[in-house]
Amino acid sequence: MTIDRLLEGLRQRDPRAIGRAISLVENGDESAEIILSSLDENLISEATILGITGPPGAGKSTLTNGIISRLRLDRKRIGIIAIDPSSPISGGAILGDRIRMMQHATDQDVVMRSMATRGRLGGLCATAGAAVRIMASCGCSTIIIETVGVGQSEMDIIRLADITFLVLAPGLGDDIQAMKAGLLEVADLLVVNKADCKGADILAMDLEAVTRKGSAKPTQISMTVATEGKGIAELLDRIDKLDIEHRDSGERQKRRRGAHDQEVLDWCLEILRPKLLADITKRKLPLLGDPRRKAKQILEEQ
Amino acid sequence: MGTKHKHRVLIGKPGLDGHDRGAKFIAQALRDAGFEVVYTGIRRSPEEIAAAAVQEDVAAVGLSSLSGAHMRLFPAVVEALKQAGAPDIPVLGGGVIPEEDIIALKAAGIVEIFTPGTPIDIIISAYHDACDKKSAG
Repeated sequence: MTIDRLLEGLRQRDPRAIGRAISLVENGDESAEIILSSLDENLISEATILGITGPPGAGKSTLTNGIISRLRLDRKRIGIIAIDPSSPISGGAILGDRIRMMQHATDQDVVMRSMATRGRLGGLCATAGAAVRIMASCGCSTIIIETVGVGQSEMDIIRLADITFLVLAPGLGDDIQAMKAGLLEVADLLVVNKADCKGADILAMDLEAVTRKGSAKPTQISMTVATEGKGIAELLDRIDKLDIEHRDSGERQKRRRGAHDQEVLDWCLEILRPKLLADITKRKLPLLGDPRRKAKQILEEQ
Repeated sequence: MGTKHKHRVLIGKPGLDGHDRGAKFIAQALRDAGFEVVYTGIRRSPEEIAAAAVQEDVAAVGLSSLSGAHMRLFPAVVEALKQAGAPDIPVLGGGVIPEEDIIALKAAGIVEIFTPGTPIDIIISAYHDACDKKSAG
């Protein structure tokens, strides 16, 4: 596909062109600049980006599926970016989030893309950010980024979102698990999924106790049964309200700016990393001594 | 597009057959060989598989069928890809497939067919070839 045909395809919102454009950006192709500069700034700024995170098995994909169904009732065009880990050994990945969302597979207005972390410390953030903008520019008014909330890079990705919610479920560990990962701090909303299962009420109470402490405005907790679509309308109402609040208070603009700067920083590090490593290797520094001082010295000499 | 980029492939099962052991085995073997594998699971329609392949911009589609419906379903996926504007995405298939069907399936545009006992190395290298050819084209 030539670049002109690709850009025309994006204007036509052709699924093939959208898929291709995301690949080119993901693979760091030189056409990325042309693609990303051609996007519609107004549509991007108007779209709402939701971040869904939580431990494996909490029901993130199923909840995403339920949210898609609900939003499709309003005929909204939706984008989904589902991120799964790459194997640190082979570099391969199984991207399986589609399984829970296949009912929307032939819906032209549900644009979905699976993405592997590819072991990049920060680079993924930049790629996911670009995919969000491509989808928004192609008419997706809501874009959902779904990722397992366990590593630092996953947390960074979530910062791309305007509103983030953490999905937990009973039976995946006690309240200490939720407290220690620092997940609660990044979430704007908490969701207890599988609310029909034993232990859901206790989990919700535990979470309430944790979020109440030292906060004038504790994080709201929604109860859902994603497999039955229960609680999703209420969750979306809360998201809407929060989104309006954030738009009025300037929080949304602040986050967008922060996400943009983070993306550029990611690219800086991505570009610098191999250069710096080569420099360090060449120097054959003594093993003894403070690595921090060595680093400072190398940077000063750049 | 050189080989430095990760190969993305889709593995899925069209039709009503729920025996997914083979498909999962292939998905994991490809993962271990460094592929990014979009796994769509069981009981998919050819149209669903084609739409997913387009959105995910995969370089190849792998199908598994153990129910005997491969003569109908595999060519239907090739056709669905054509309809979805992606006739260039190669389709590979595997399952309990008799020799005479393999000839017919290849004539219908499926690039490779694997049967029980095909060594996994051969399967992986066939996926590599299919992806490389697609990138070059």
